Amino acid sequence: MQPSNRLEQIWLALESVTDPEIDESVVSLDFVSEVKIDESNGIEIEFRLPTYWCAPNFAFLMASDMRDAVSELDWVADVTVRLVDHFSAELINRGVARKQDFRDAFPGETDDDLCALRQKFLGQAYERRQELLLKHLFGLGSDPTSILGLRLSDLLSLALDQQGAALRALYLFVWRKSHPNAGKEAMAFTTWEGTPVDPRDLKDYLRKIAGARRNAAFNGFICRSLLAERAGDKR
Amino acid sequence: MFTTTSGEKIFVVDGHVHLWDGSDENIKNRYGEEFIKCFYDYHKLSPKEYVWPYKKYQKYTDEDFEQDIFQNGYVDFAIFNPQYLGDFYYNGFSSLERNETFRKKHPDRVIANGFWDPRNEEAGLKQLEKDVEKYGWKGVKLYTAEWKGDSKGWKLTDPWSYRYLEKSQELGIKNVHVHKGPTIRPLNKDAFDVGDVDETATLFPDLNFIVEHCGLPRLNDFTFIAAQEPNVYAGLAVAIALIHTRPRYFSEIISELLFWLGPDRILFGSDYALWQPKWIIEKFMDLQLPEDLAAETGQITMEMKKKILGENAARLYNIPISDGASSPKRAESPEPVRKVAPVA
Repeated sequence: MQPSNRLEQIWLALESVTDPEIDESVVSLDFVSEVKIDESNGIEIEFRLPTYWCAPNFAFLMASDMRDAVSELDWVADVTVRLVDHFSAELINRGVARKQDFRDAFPGETDDDLCALRQKFLGQAYERRQELLLKHLFGLGSDPTSILGLRLSDLLSLALDQQGAALRALYLFVWRKSHPNAGKEAMAFTTWEGTPVDPRDLKDYLRKIAGARRNAAFNGFICRSLLAERAGDKR
Repeated sequence: MFTTTSGEKIFVVDGHVHLWDGSDENIKNRYGEEFIKCFYDYHKLSPKEYVWPYKKYQKYTDEDFEQDIFQNGYVDFAIFNPQYLGDFYYNGFSSLERNETFRKKHPDRVIANGFWDPRNEEAGLKQLEKDVEKYGWKGVKLYTAEWKGDSKGWKLTDPWSYRYLEKSQELGIKNVHVHKGPTIRPLNKDAFDVGDVDETATLFPDLNFIVEHCGLPRLNDFTFIAAQEPNVYAGLAVAIALIHTRPRYFSEIISELLFWLGPDRILFGSDYALWQPKWIIEKFMDLQLPEDLAAETGQITMEMKKKILGENAARLYNIPISDGASSPKRAESPEPVRKVAPVA
């Protein structure tokens, strides 16, 4: 395998890592500034965030997700993730290198690990992606009641255009994480808590889950703008 | 005063302004430097012609303020909502003294709010009494993510915070502005999480809680709370600056706020010198919600805009609304004066 391919494999692995608040890839957000491979297949990933102040718990999540995603490649010997230009870079980099829990990396400042936070953001990603897909399907003129009644197998067999198929793939990626043991007959569009959506409550339900998209959109916009300014200052 | 194309005069209260000092001389450490730099990056969301050089942005003059707020910015009344940040700046980022001196220059156009920090415990309560006696505060700005030694933030529901809120109420403070906005430094105890506003607003029904930046990006958490608590208000600072770069997104925000809170509980604020009120107000007066949003929540009307731009804040702070014929005077009466500017 050529080094250039290896580099591509790493970037591809990093694509699957998202910023939890924005629900977009750390690569498309331009957070990853450099990837290096040494002779013994050691990997070094450098990343920066839009501000010196970005929340360290989110930074920690992203850094450990990057480490884990790249470590899955069987030829990779070891992974170093390095956050730069951040007020708690040192603690985060050390914690991620030692595979510590967040609470051990920041002793005394928190009494919980990040499982609950991960779960919360998974729920937001679920709602955000579900809303995008539902709106797309309704926009095609599909009857809301029959859409809400779809099973996983039905959703998979829907003929969709490129955009629709991409939205479905994004949704199902999160859906599978939250339904690890579900079979093909499972309902495709339940609430995050797992209850079916009554078509009569559809309007209120869509209003509610639109909140996840708006939060993510605000973060995405602010982060992109600030990162562009910050990167510009350094040039 | 903003005058519409049909000649109607709109009374404007800018509910969130600063005279800050982020100059090199005042910066204590890297944190102070990074803080003002981060603010400067936000500043660049302005239209290009309104972007200042960095040096000017670090520390601007009283004259800059007068020109940008009163002369060019349509603002009749401005409210300082200061931010101390004593761990980052020698003399604080905002100075109560400087704000007060400026207020005395413009007693009919400026309200200078104060602040407190419950982590100062007993000594801070005494200081609060002295401060209210000296400055006559009707409002305070609370910054729950402020660093103080080893502490990286506090919550409105902390026991000492309740004592400060009780004391504030006793001393005649009515309006509590809480910064709940874009994340700066929460760990998983999120210092900008809006959850603590809920319980606090229920326990202190006579205080008004103005949630600055309406809890963005957690707008839905905020609207959920605000819909149930009649004494919770949305401060538009930061959110409204998106009207230039992301008008569709701002329309979504304002339409949500109108749906959940109604037009009487939303307050305009420019967050000057982050952004200048002039362009924000011009764009806001031109704003029409896109059809799909208007179909859901109704179109934004002139009456709503007048409430948001001035009448709501005037009610909270007893500011008399002038009709533009004479200069406004500070209200003596404890009852809110509500007079709608006549159509010219």
